[in-house]
Amino acid sequence: MAGTAVPGRLGERLRWRVATLVDQRAETESAHTLVLKVPGWPGHLAGQHVDVRLTAEDGYSTQRSYSIASAPDSELVELTVQRVPDGEVSPYLVDQLAAGDQVELRGPVGGWFVWRPEQSEPVLLVAGGSGIVPLMAMIRVRRAVSGRSPFRLIYSVRAPEDRIYLPELRRGDPGLDTAYLYTRRVPEGWPRLPVRLGTQDLASNGWPAEFEPTVYVCGPTGFVELAADMLVDLGHDAGRIRTERFGPSGG
Amino acid sequence: MATVAELVWSQAEGGIIVPVISRGFHGRPRPAGHKLPPGQYETRDFPVLSAGPTPRVDLDSWTFTIKTEAGVKHSWTWAQLTALPVEDPVVDLHCVTKWSKFETRWRGVSLDVLLQDIETAADYALVHAYGGYTTNLPLVDLLDGQAWIAYKYDGADLAPQHGGPARLLVPHLYLWKSAKWVRGIDLLVRDVPGFWETAGYNNYGDPWREQRYQGD
Repeated sequence: MAGTAVPGRLGERLRWRVATLVDQRAETESAHTLVLKVPGWPGHLAGQHVDVRLTAEDGYSTQRSYSIASAPDSELVELTVQRVPDGEVSPYLVDQLAAGDQVELRGPVGGWFVWRPEQSEPVLLVAGGSGIVPLMAMIRVRRAVSGRSPFRLIYSVRAPEDRIYLPELRRGDPGLDTAYLYTRRVPEGWPRLPVRLGTQDLASNGWPAEFEPTVYVCGPTGFVELAADMLVDLGHDAGRIRTERFGPSGG
Repeated sequence: MATVAELVWSQAEGGIIVPVISRGFHGRPRPAGHKLPPGQYETRDFPVLSAGPTPRVDLDSWTFTIKTEAGVKHSWTWAQLTALPVEDPVVDLHCVTKWSKFETRWRGVSLDVLLQDIETAADYALVHAYGGYTTNLPLVDLLDGQAWIAYKYDGADLAPQHGGPARLLVPHLYLWKSAKWVRGIDLLVRDVPGFWETAGYNNYGDPWREQRYQGD
């Protein structure tokens, strides 16, 4: 695994780099993983994100932030992008960007919502929709270092076909327990009706507060607020609940 | 006018202007020639708005300090700051009290110069001013030719009522982010709201999205 470069000299860390798409794969109908080659990439921590800048031929330019999905792997950085209907950027990245095309990228960004291999306490990951992406990076880094700290993942999606990384999650990892929640439509034979994340889900599929886990919650703002409030109600120390929100203005 | 975007390009890689074009990317349709953000009107005066009395700062004791999340401090005296390479940005200002002023001319030191060699993992900045004013913004909004420590306006030393001897200039955000009488910047891993941001103003303050108040 590449060394991580955080902190680093700011000018270097936040310099725009040219990234070239080398591969792309569909994770679901609307979420694709972009494999970008970024010469000079300084490495990253699980949970960090990057800024992506697109420039049109007339000079117009716009930026978005995307979580890194992959464990550090020299010059390759994987982003999983969910297509936002009517979005300005995500439909372009998901549907139009082709191998050899270039975007600008900088980072890694984010020094708080990270999991480091030297952490030994239990970890609870709570994902809403594409909020799984930075949490998957944590699972992948744990796998890459043969980490022993116990992980639990609660993954809330609208419907079965929205599950990103399903084959990889099904293969599983020793010491990782995964629980799914469906808010609109459940798989055939599923014992529950569609349901929103509730305190009971966090209690039965998470860790008791007295185990002092670190909890990472990522998803849309409403989901994150709800989950974080329920975790505090369950007795988790607010200082050990780390959150990352996807604003409504994504795309 | 030299737009901020032009200044950004002119700083890239030793002045060679080579933007990377993303093939086939067009973006949303953009109105041409519009430079007044929603809800703003143009003024040709330079109104003065402050949260309190104008502090008087002696240049002999003036310092500007950047402190990292690890507590490491980097300080510049007045002589040191004014010896650094300068830029002359020409920018539009947008105040949350609705006035906009076009093509204002400044001289100052780019934050890119001041931040370049600082070791940090921070994502946020809390700006401090002489007099006690504070304002917060994402660290990336201080980079890429978007922000300066400005000490001349329209060819003359910056007047105290406009923030002299030196103020932060971040013209792509509402003007309350451009702290007058700037004294230092704390680099933080977590966001800490400043004076107006604690008092109900928007945490970010993008005039083009009319982010005046919390919830905008």
